[in-house]
Order: sequence, then structure tokens, then C-alpha cells
Amino acid sequence: MASSFPLTEAELDDLLDYLLGPVLSSRRTAAPLARLLAPMERHLQDFVLHWIEIIDRTNYELAYQFAAAAPQGLAQLDIASAEAWIIEAMDTYDREGLYRGSAVFKNIGDFAERSGEATEAVSFADVTQVLQLFVCGLSGRRLVLDTAPRPYTDTETLFLPPRIALLPSREENFFIYKVITSLLWAQGRFGTFNADLEAACAAYEDPGHALQLLNTLETIRLEACISRTLPGLAREMQKLRETNTIDARCASLAASAATIDDSIALLSQVYADMKPMQYSYAPVLQPAQAAAIRKARLAKEKNDFQSALAQLLEEKNGGVASQPPAGERFSLKPADPSAENSSGSYELKLDGKPVAPPGNVTQIMDSILQDLGEIPEEYLVAAGDGGYRQNQRSEHDPADVWKGTYHEEGAFFYNEWDSKRRHYRKNWCVLRELDVHPGSTGFVETTLVKYAPQVTQLKRTFELLRGEDRLLKKQSYGDDIDLDAVIAAYADMKSGMELSDRLFVKRHKAERDLAVMFMVDMSGSTKGWINDAEREALVMLCEALEVLGDRYAIYGFSGITRKRCEIFRIKRFDEIYDDAVKTRIAGIAPQDYTRMGAAIRHLTMLLTRVEARTKLLITLSDGKPDDYSDNYRGEYGIEDTRQALIEAHRSGIRPFCITIDREARDYLPHMYGPVNWTLVDDVTRLPLKVSDIYRRLAT
Amino acid sequence: MPRTSSTSRSVTKASPLHARVLKPESHLIEKEPYYEPLGDEIALFDAAYASQIPVLLKGPTGCGKTRFMEYMAWRLKRPLITVSCHDDLTASDLVGRYLITNNETVWVDGPLARAVRCGGICYLDEVVEARKDTTVVIHPLADDRRILPMEKHGELLQAPKEFVLTMSYNPGYQSVLKELKQSTRQRFIAIEFNYPGAALEKKIIMTETGLDEGGADKLIRLAHMTRNLKGNGLDEGASTRLLVHAAKLMARGIAPRTACSGAIAEALTDDPEMLRAIDELASSLF
Repeated sequence: MASSFPLTEAELDDLLDYLLGPVLSSRRTAAPLARLLAPMERHLQDFVLHWIEIIDRTNYELAYQFAAAAPQGLAQLDIASAEAWIIEAMDTYDREGLYRGSAVFKNIGDFAERSGEATEAVSFADVTQVLQLFVCGLSGRRLVLDTAPRPYTDTETLFLPPRIALLPSREENFFIYKVITSLLWAQGRFGTFNADLEAACAAYEDPGHALQLLNTLETIRLEACISRTLPGLAREMQKLRETNTIDARCASLAASAATIDDSIALLSQVYADMKPMQYSYAPVLQPAQAAAIRKARLAKEKNDFQSALAQLLEEKNGGVASQPPAGERFSLKPADPSAENSSGSYELKLDGKPVAPPGNVTQIMDSILQDLGEIPEEYLVAAGDGGYRQNQRSEHDPADVWKGTYHEEGAFFYNEWDSKRRHYRKNWCVLRELDVHPGSTGFVETTLVKYAPQVTQLKRTFELLRGEDRLLKKQSYGDDIDLDAVIAAYADMKSGMELSDRLFVKRHKAERDLAVMFMVDMSGSTKGWINDAEREALVMLCEALEVLGDRYAIYGFSGITRKRCEIFRIKRFDEIYDDAVKTRIAGIAPQDYTRMGAAIRHLTMLLTRVEARTKLLITLSDGKPDDYSDNYRGEYGIEDTRQALIEAHRSGIRPFCITIDREARDYLPHMYGPVNWTLVDDVTRLPLKVSDIYRRLAT
Repeated sequence: MPRTSSTSRSVTKASPLHARVLKPESHLIEKEPYYEPLGDEIALFDAAYASQIPVLLKGPTGCGKTRFMEYMAWRLKRPLITVSCHDDLTASDLVGRYLITNNETVWVDGPLARAVRCGGICYLDEVVEARKDTTVVIHPLADDRRILPMEKHGELLQAPKEFVLTMSYNPGYQSVLKELKQSTRQRFIAIEFNYPGAALEKKIIMTETGLDEGGADKLIRLAHMTRNLKGNGLDEGASTRLLVHAAKLMARGIAPRTACSGAIAEALTDDPEMLRAIDELASSLF
């Protein structure tokens, strides 16, 4: 395609027919597309064809939509913005499906308009991190941020617009984000949802209008609350507002004692003539969603609170759970009733004596107070002995997720690198940590007997490597006097030479500050003797590492499709090498596929939490990255894995790969770099080699 | 040699170019240090001192552990010898070593030995930072034997009843690698410190810095916001010490937002997004 002549209509028709074949029919041919593309310059045609090919890998229909929209799009956008446009469409497709993805291509006007103002616009992604921290600082309750066309909150998630470009500078647009976030936070904090808003509005002729008005009244009330607690913010919000006139009837809402009930009461007076406010950034109320979430939270927190009280009782009674005798009861009293912000500072008392609730209980109490304004009497009864305690079971048992209906709760999300798009697919992989089903206890013993002479040898080698105390002589500073040096110095001095100041010995311990993570391939292809060799290798390795004293962890990885990436815990960093670990090593069994990118990202995350000067991520693998669908096999998977390894490298981790795949030469150097891998071509020698390789690598 | 220091609140009248030189073992704190009790820690310390049991102060940084020690030193009228522990601190740094002077070797006491000799309060600050073999030398001193063996010198120092060993330790941010050994920690009475309650903290800030009540109120709210962020990107929330710093700047006429940014945000983190978030929180308040 080096020629600079534009492709003719016929040539384009052929190419498009080939690229978009699966979604063309006798009624929908490539001809109209070709006609539109033909007059374009050659480099633009190439650009379009190049991207059609890439989008094809995601979805043919989406590629068709792109082809249809491309001529118009490229007329309005430069190449860089056009790429951003395509990526946005594909991201939307990944997230919300074909319809929404195509919509981005169709509404090119929208995107052009937004990209025109791109210099001033602030997008949700730009501000999430800061606002997340901001709102976490503001509230005791943990809040999540997400996007929605109109800002609202369900009391646990704050929904913010995807981008804001209302004002001429980035600074000001960020400020609007901050204001919206604060208003939504205030809705939860100052109890907007503590009354049944739907019922309050239902009585009116137009409930929608009533809700809007109520929102206006609430905003007035909340702004007054904000100006009391966050005066700096309130001052700047004042500047933002064009008009300052507040309906005189609403003055009472500014009082510090005003609650949602006052707003509801006022609604009937102003319903007839007041206009709802018209800020473009004003949050809306979604009472139904908020009520549902609030109800669930109340139930959960009541339970949690009562269980926590029961635990306090148990601790007090010396670990014996017993029904509280009559009269032994919890009570609450505001710690500092004079302070205006006294919410949350309640003193918990047991039998009249103050008890210090643990941190999480304080948080629960604070959250209950936010919802109810007080902690009701019935909450103060400790959960009984026989009572059903919900929190005895982990709420997010990852294994259960697959038993019921599919959902993504309790899982980790990881981006995946799409080398064609040259962008990440966001939160593309869903990864779960699972436990290995323990195998037989005898496996480790059998292995140790089988390799007994080698194990002895191994232990001896590694013992030699262990960091020992070394005595450094002639130091200028140390624990003790170096007598030899002193005598020499004394002699020097007598003979008129300069006196050395290096007269001490210092004990120096060459400490090994190393953490190593082993990532074991548990894909279906390891079935049989590869799996046996892997397990034996791990046994030998553990023996060696125990001698050496390095910190190590072992995790297996497998999975099938991006929605089901699995990491198997075999040994965590903080676990000792005990029988449980041994049976888990024995229990390593072949599973499904190898989506390596997500596994590497997860283990990198675990490894970054460990403090060590040197961090190693060693992969035991039997072949290329591979997965059931999404074209993970081949270039896509290799590039994603490579990208994940680059990320790991960036966080200070040294990746290394031990493989048994004889064709590894073709792809491993590209993924791990020319020296960071090794091939053990005889599987039976794997158990002996792995420790050997580790010795070379880590000493 | 470890840094040894003895802190004095007294105003010195010496020439402005020369700091006052003090001998830690003979210097007593003359002026009562400002200290607001959080609970019954004073009574507890008094009782431990009378029973000759060493004391471990636990708590986050900047919540008043060192100030408490100064206060107790003043109250008990004993010299306070502080050793800031670091990972190169050896046993001989604490106990003492031979040095050479005039063709002779001369034994020089370390701060711990000096504190034992003068019956003072030896305060090992951030003790987990010291190497594990170093912390072991305090064991015979910290149980009912109360002796400091000085092997190289061939002496055993029997501590007088006025001597007390104390150390501080921050359980919050220490990594798993730096935990206090059970054999060490079980020799001590532990007093837990935490940030004071809002009303008390306000009083402390106002007394220490002379800042007005409104400003102090807002600072405390900011502190609570940063403490909410602990574990969400911050290792620690703003300590009382940081609030005092910010308040001092404000009392000198620095604009509150600038003061908070310099004294609190920048002191807490280097992460640009976290800095921005704390600045936004501060600007929401002031």
C-alpha cells in the first residue's frame, strides 16, 4: 500500500467486501461505503481500512458502523482525534454493548463538539482519583464514584457526569465536579433520603414536578449545611451561581436544625408557583434507588452492630459467649452534646461503664447515625447466642459466585492490553482468588524420598548461600576495637607517620532482602507428567527456600475466558511452609486455559505489597498464553502478557520465566526480554533444575 | 554514636550564636511542659515507676508520646535521656565502648549506661527501628533483675530504683519486618496513645499556638478528614503535631490554605493526587 494514488471505488468495494463480509448481504452491500470512501485521500483510506480490520476483531457490525461513519468523521476530525473517537466507541462497546458503541460512531457531531472543547473539558477519568479521596475524606462512609448522564446518588455510589465543559477553564470545570460531589455527599450526610420521598411527592398532581421542586428545596437546605461545615467551599459556590435570590419562603431551610421533613412540609406551600432551579450541573433525586440501598444497608448494619456488641460482651466475659443477665445492657450517650458536629461522637457504655468500640464499630455507628439520626434502643441488644449471625459467613465467598447467577461481586478487575488498538480494554478481566483443593499428604514425602540424595545436596548448596555475619576490619566506625589496626597505628605514630582512623571492626550481616513469587501454570495442557514435574519442582524449591530463608509465595493460575480468570492460592507470603501448604502443592491439578496477562497483573499487585529490596516473579509455564475465546491465542495474548510484564517491571519487579516449551525461543524473548527466561527441555529434570535456576538467579 | 538529646523548654539567655550545652544526665527539665492527659496514663506511669516496671508507649506519630515523657521527667524530677533508634544502632552504642585517648584505651559509657548510673529515665524512641540483637541487651534491665551487663567492660550495673526504661513504638505503620519481639514487649507495661478527642485537641492547639477557636475548629475537621483517608492512600492521618505546625503558621499570619498545604498535605504525602485531594479538602473548609 505504498502507492499514493487513492484506491478506486471498485478496489475499495472488493476490500470492504472481504473485511465486512459477515455483516453484508444482498440488501446491504459494500458499494455505498466504497462510493463514500473513494474520493478520500489515500492515507485516509488506509487509515479507515486499517481500523476496520482492527475493529473486525472486536465486532464486524461495529466495524461496519465505523466504515459508514468514517468519511463524515474524518472530514470533521484530525487523525489524532479520530483515533480517540474510535477508541471511545470501542470502549463503549466493551462496556455497554453494540448499540451504544455504534451510537458513538453515529453521533460524530457529539464527539466533534466535545473534542473541540477538549482543552477545557474535564472528564470523569481525570478527576476520579482526586474526588474519590476527597469524598473519602469528607465522609465516614465509604462512597463509590461512577458515571451517569445526570448526577445523582443512591447513598452508596455518587454518579457524576462523564465530562464537564460548562466553563471556560479546566480549573473551573473541575470545581463543578467538586461541587456536584459535595452536594451528592451532603444528600447522604444530611439525610435527604431519611424520609420517604416518593410518598411525599405522590400526593401531588404532577409527582415529577414535585420531586424537582423538592430537589430545589433540598439543595437550598444542603447548601446551607455545606456553608456551615465547609465554609470555604460554600464561598466559592457562591461565585459560581449567577443569581443569589432565594425564595423568601425557603429561609427557614437555612437553619441548622432543618431536616428533610421541613423541606417536605414547605413543598406544599411552594408547589403552585415556585420554579425548580435550573443549574445545568444540579444533581437529581432518584428516591426509589436510594431507598432500596438504604434499606439493605440499615438491615446489614443493624446486624453488624449487634454482632459487634455481642463480641464486646464475649470479650468482657472472658471469651465465654453468654446471654447478658438482666440489667447488663448497652447504653449510648452523646460524648459531647455541646459541639455542633457531635454526630458520630457517641460514647458506648456497658453497665454504665464506657467501653471503647473497635474502629469498625465506630464506623458502623457513624453510618447508622447518618441514616437514622440516632441509634435506636433495639439496636443496643447484643446478638444472642443462638441468633443468626450473618457475618460468620464471608459475604463474598468467591467460590459461591459461580453457583448462583452470574455476577461480578467480590472479584478483581484488570485492564487488558489490546495491541491492535494500542489501548487498554478497561476492567476487561474478572479475576478471582480461589483455594486449591488439598491433595494427598503423602505426595511431599514421596517426592522427598524419591530425590533424597539431591535434596541433601540442595540443602547444602543453599546453606552456603545463606547470608552470614561477616567481620569487617579496619573500619572508621564499629562495634569493637580492631587490635591489629590499633597496634599498627601505634607503630605508625611512633615512627612519625599519620595515624589512621580506621581502628574498629564492624559486624556486618549480608542480609537477603528478597521476596519471590512463583506463578505456576495450571492450564489443562499441563495434565499428566508435566503437572507431576511441576509439583515435584515446587517441593524441591520449598525445601531450598526454607534453608535460604527467602520470603516466597506460590500461586497457580488458570481460567477460561476473560470473565473467569482464576488464581489459586498455594502459599501466601505470610504463610509458613506447613502441612496445609504441602497438601495444596499436592493438590495442584490441571484446570483450563492460560490467560497470563490478568494473572501477572494480580500477582504483581500482591508482590508490590511486600516490602523487599528485590522482588522476583518467576513463572513456571508450559507454553504460550492461550484462552478459549477473544482471540487471546497468538499475538494478542503475547502482547498483553508482554504489556503486563512491562507493568510489573515498572513497579520494581523482575519477571523471569522457566518454560518447558521447545518453541519458547519464538515468543519468550519478546515477552520477558532476551535473558529473563530459560528452557528446561527435559521435563523429568524440571524438579532438579528449578532450584538450580533459582540459585543462579537469586544469589 | 547515637543521637542523644535532652530537651528543655526553658528559655536560654546564652549568646544567640551558641546553643546551650547541656549534660543529659544532670539536666532536669525546669519548666512544666504543656501536657493534656488523654486518660489515666499519668497515674499508670506513676504506678509503674514506683513498682520499677519499664513502660512501652504505643501510638501513632505526633500524638504526644515524647511530650508525655518530657512531662513525666519533669513531674518525677529525673533527667530524661532520649535515644533515637535507627537500624545501625548497635549494642555498644547503647551500653558503651572503649575509645583511645593518650595512648590508652578509655571506657566511655553509652546513653543507656549513663541513664542507669544517674538513675534517670531512658527513653528509646521508635525502638523497632533498632536491630533485633540490639533490643536484646535491654532484656536484663527490663525485668526484675534490673541490671545492665557491660560485657566488654567487665561490669554489671545494678539500676537504682529511680531509673526507669521506657520506649515508644508505632504499631500503625511498621512493616511486618519490623515487629517488636514478644520477648521484648512482654517485659513492659504498655500505655496506648491515640489522637485526643476533638474538644481536647482544640484546646491543645489553642494553648500551644494561640490560634483562635474558629481556626482550630476547622483544623480539627481537616484532621478528621485526613484520618478518614488512612488506609485509602495515606499511611497515617494528620497528627496533632502537624495541626500544631499548621496552627503556628496560621497564627503568624500565613493564609490558612497555604499553611495547611505546607504543614499538612505536603507533610503527609508526595502522591500528586492525594496532595490535590487534601488541598481540596482544606480549601473546602477555609
